[in-house]
Amino acid sequence: MWLKDKILEFFSKKEIASIGGGKKAVEKQLAMGKMTARERITAILDANSFHEYDMFVTHEAKDFGMDKKDLPGDGVITGTGTILGHPVCIFAQDFTVAGGSLGLAHARKITKIMDHSIKLGIPLIGINDSGGARIQEGVNSLAGYGEIFYRNTLASGVIPQISVILGPCAGGAVYSPALTDFVFVVDKISKMFITGPEVIKTVLGEDISMEDLGGARVQTEISGNAHFFANSELECFDQIKKLMTFIPWNNSKKAAPYPAKPPKPIYDIDTIIPNEPSKPYDIRNIIKSISDDSDFFEIQELFAPNIVIGFMRIEGETVGIVGNQPLVLAGVLDIDSSDKAARFIRFCDAFNIPLITLVDLPGYLPGVDQEHNGVIRHGAKILYAYSEATVPKITIILRKAYGGGYIAMCSRHLGADFVFAWPIAEIAVMGPEGAANIIFKSEIANSPNPNETRKQKILEYTEKFANPYVAAAKGHVDAVINPSDTRGYLIHSLKISIQKKEIRPTKKHGIPPF
Amino acid sequence: MKNKELNKLLIDDTNYETNFPAKFLRRKKYVKADPKKVFAFIPGVITNIKIKPGQTIGQNESIIILEAMKMKNDLLSPLKGKVKDIFISEGQMVTKGQLLIEFE
Repeated sequence: MWLKDKILEFFSKKEIASIGGGKKAVEKQLAMGKMTARERITAILDANSFHEYDMFVTHEAKDFGMDKKDLPGDGVITGTGTILGHPVCIFAQDFTVAGGSLGLAHARKITKIMDHSIKLGIPLIGINDSGGARIQEGVNSLAGYGEIFYRNTLASGVIPQISVILGPCAGGAVYSPALTDFVFVVDKISKMFITGPEVIKTVLGEDISMEDLGGARVQTEISGNAHFFANSELECFDQIKKLMTFIPWNNSKKAAPYPAKPPKPIYDIDTIIPNEPSKPYDIRNIIKSISDDSDFFEIQELFAPNIVIGFMRIEGETVGIVGNQPLVLAGVLDIDSSDKAARFIRFCDAFNIPLITLVDLPGYLPGVDQEHNGVIRHGAKILYAYSEATVPKITIILRKAYGGGYIAMCSRHLGADFVFAWPIAEIAVMGPEGAANIIFKSEIANSPNPNETRKQKILEYTEKFANPYVAAAKGHVDAVINPSDTRGYLIHSLKISIQKKEIRPTKKHGIPPF
Repeated sequence: MKNKELNKLLIDDTNYETNFPAKFLRRKKYVKADPKKVFAFIPGVITNIKIKPGQTIGQNESIIILEAMKMKNDLLSPLKGKVKDIFISEGQMVTKGQLLIEFE
């Protein structure tokens, strides 16, 4: 009987802890259109794979009546489980317990599971739904945040870190997601900001709603802080599951291979690009014409859409792809697109994912706002990231590759292993119109018929330089290839690059233009 | 993104047909700074106006006190010249970027 009582006691303790903040708080959570922390973990992980730890952890705070407050799990659920068979460490803040506020015990549960994920070499998933620091715990709460940031930084480039924002994530708390690799947000549920609408109104007199300040749309479209936008929590979890299939457990592994599949025939690589270099097309159709099963997992789709980044597979192996998007801003590089691409390139390099770069751009975006906001420093990030990357780097110049844009898009000069160009490629300092206007300025000005002379000079320049052969003659391009052979060249190049090794000068770390 | 109603982006004398994203369309257009105009650099209350229209003052002289965030900000005249117009009165709340004074 004695044993039975103990077991019953255990179940009742577990039952109490499982309800979190109690029935009322749970009802409130559901009324906000949100799932509970426990439901979220169950929905993300494989069925019955979750092992919870530290369920009975309690806080030791004494001030402001905290000694009389019992907070189940101290407002966060931690544990391990699997996603489509891949192991993960996971934590989910429980908004029903003291608003998911972060106290010392809460933070220690998180840092413990983070330490696990680093030691075990498996990805970390953090679900954020918290009112912020537990003010009653004072500096202890801040210490907790700091220790989380410290581990986020240690884990960076070692294990993939994923943040899911499913509620408020404000003030200091928002820096942890910023330090992680992928941030997922859900429409109308996610709110991220450093200072909230009330403070902004008091200090600056600017009136703005929480949604307009730091909602899911804003964070994915304007700020670029978040990478994936979903309309519902379940859609968000599907995105996380799909991401998990493309990335490895840690930086010493490769992503799991999948059965090879040919692209779908509806994506005809020969007919996607228009003849005229000034006409747009959707680069994603080119990507789908070369990827396994025409599958492309796009990242940061809404932010800086003039560059497209994401994962696909070639013969079953994950590759990262970076492509200029002529459909938006003619595919130029600018501050946002450089930031977006550079961070992705560094992720791929850290996690042994080969990089394929598709080039079709007229250069960098002109503009006072660009210059004043530091396009030099931001644009340099993409040069740094490509030069620094030692994973296999394959570049396909599809059409335009002009000026600084040509150099930046993983040219031979930044260490590309293979550079291929299509016969319609134009590799030059600038487009024929601009070049002719500069080189033949006086000839055009002094001509009795300037327009006719300009046209003729543009044609002359086009014939001489607007092709891939000048670059190929110098070995900057390894081969000019038929567009329909592109996938074949990629398969071959990736296959022979499996053992690629590059020795770099020893250093503690570089100093990228952040 | 649909291919209809394309915008034109001019780069190196070539007009590229493309789409402009919302963020690009919302970007701040550059306005050349006018040294003859004084704007509020922070929202707050005008607690003291030390000049009158028509008055001639030297450069870097105190002209307005703008109180914001419990700080009395001393606004200095950007140039030596004659005050053309004063657009505010003492006690008035101003927003960031609001025109306060114009010199001739």
